[in-house]
Amino acid sequence: MSDLIHKTAAELADMLAAGTTTSVEITQAHLDRIAAVDGDLNAFLHVNAAVSLEAAKQSDARRAAGAPLSPLDGVPIAIKDVLVTTDMPSTSGSKILEGWMSPYDATVVTKVREAGLVPLGKTNMDEFAMGSSTEHSAFGPTRNPWDLDRIPGGSGGGSAAAVAAFEAPLALGSDTGGSIRQPAHITGTVGVKPTYGGVSRYGAIALASSFDQIGPVTRTVMDSALLHDVIKGHDVHDSTSLKDEWPSFADAVKNADVKGLKIGVIEQLDGEGFQPGVLSRFHEALELLKANGAEIVNVSLPSLAHAVAAYYLILPAEASSNLAKFDSVRFGLRVQPEGGGTVEQVMSATREAGFGAEVKRRIILGTYALSAGYYDAYYGSAQKVRTLVQRDFADAFSKVDVLASPTAPTTAWKLGDQLDDPVAMWRGDIATIPANMAGIPGISVPAGLADEDGLPVGIQFLAPAREDARLYNVGGALEALLEQQWGHTLLSQAPELKGGQR
Amino acid sequence: MSDISAEQVRHLANLARIDLSDAEIATMTTELGQIMEAVASVQAVATPDVPATSHPIPLKNVYRPDVVADVIPTEKALASAPEHDGSRFKVSAILGEEQ
Repeated sequence: MSDLIHKTAAELADMLAAGTTTSVEITQAHLDRIAAVDGDLNAFLHVNAAVSLEAAKQSDARRAAGAPLSPLDGVPIAIKDVLVTTDMPSTSGSKILEGWMSPYDATVVTKVREAGLVPLGKTNMDEFAMGSSTEHSAFGPTRNPWDLDRIPGGSGGGSAAAVAAFEAPLALGSDTGGSIRQPAHITGTVGVKPTYGGVSRYGAIALASSFDQIGPVTRTVMDSALLHDVIKGHDVHDSTSLKDEWPSFADAVKNADVKGLKIGVIEQLDGEGFQPGVLSRFHEALELLKANGAEIVNVSLPSLAHAVAAYYLILPAEASSNLAKFDSVRFGLRVQPEGGGTVEQVMSATREAGFGAEVKRRIILGTYALSAGYYDAYYGSAQKVRTLVQRDFADAFSKVDVLASPTAPTTAWKLGDQLDDPVAMWRGDIATIPANMAGIPGISVPAGLADEDGLPVGIQFLAPAREDARLYNVGGALEALLEQQWGHTLLSQAPELKGGQR
Repeated sequence: MSDISAEQVRHLANLARIDLSDAEIATMTTELGQIMEAVASVQAVATPDVPATSHPIPLKNVYRPDVVADVIPTEKALASAPEHDGSRFKVSAILGEEQ
């Protein structure tokens, strides 16, 4: 029974179809796993076994009646707390929303429910998705299953740790500057940021609306493709969602073949500032792809030198505006100043008490960047850099099919190590931010373990907007080649989690 | 280059409706100065000939028929409110005594 947790979502789907297990058995196995290890990990902010098991029972009934809703009907999934849910609290990792129940479901949540998937709970994250380590959660950090003293990445550290620790086969994440891909790199898992607008953002508590994108967090490329196939598509509730017809991403993985594929290595993300073990695994992965028919060329994207700076002007500007809705009036926390006060004073006291340090920092920064007299110099300039980044990508993609880089400069660092230096932590997003600036899709696939610390390393592929299928092709091919070479999956090398009852 | 004063941060906090403590203002003043230095490089490359981009994928306005849809009932909308009277959100006084 406990072996069920080590199956991929694709394997579980096959077993359910063959009738060799039930959704109730699978769901119970994952709930047991959460109960056994999540006390150490803190990947979940909310779990309700009764609700999950009821959904599993209904799934089994559908299957018994010969009418499953989708191949994944009955497979459990963890949901990042940035996505609103009607049957579980949605906090976005913030005290200001503690215990808040949404009156509606996020579109992606509706879609996974309509496909019969079983929500297991809500996963931990940096407050309002601001961070790269999950240490900025108001409900305590999530720990890395590979080393409990280290961060799991962020902001979606909870979703990544949950799939890495076999607490869930699938999870949903959100990626504003790397919050799906960087935790995947850090925890030896797979994460995909779809093309901007390829998956609905309706019901995702907004951080920076022109960057935010919802996507899959899984252990294998195929599982990401299967989940992406469930959540993709146009949504009338999200006016930025694309009306494109998307190909089957699962088919892209099934037919993966890199023969003749032109891969551009981004010069600016290869070398200085990157950990040696990260670079070694990256270059070995490229060699392997080359040996199997891919063509590897170097490309230069000079404007990436300014992408992080521009991002950290645009993001706080958009965030300060998005977070204005937390005004103590319609939902969430309300704090009365001593002796009462006007609504404005109540609002200020509430936001002081309800927001953490990183959120305050970014709101103040955004307010500054948008204020009269500074707008052109900061926000306006940053938007111009955005144009330059997009031009660089357009130029690069006129020469190659996909681009490649390490997903992040370093492996997992120790909890607390970067908390005093926000700018240093932001620089760690250098490889992931450019995709959000340009709206293009990206994937992080495990590339091995770094020699110096034995911790996971991911390789990132980027494709032109709307060409997400290319990522599943190259990601699926590399994953298969690496596992063939290793003779095992990367996650099978993670230490066994002992104790840590929730 | 970024001379940010504590007074400026206090003003920003007021605009952002966050009642920052004096200690937070002090820390934030130092940090904001460092951050603005770190991001100043954008001004060097943002020359007048480069147009600004606000959105990653070019989009046109999206319209829908002007019909009522997807209404959240009052009861549900108020369920998680800090305070309500059954049909409306209750808020503190809008104006202070001196106003």
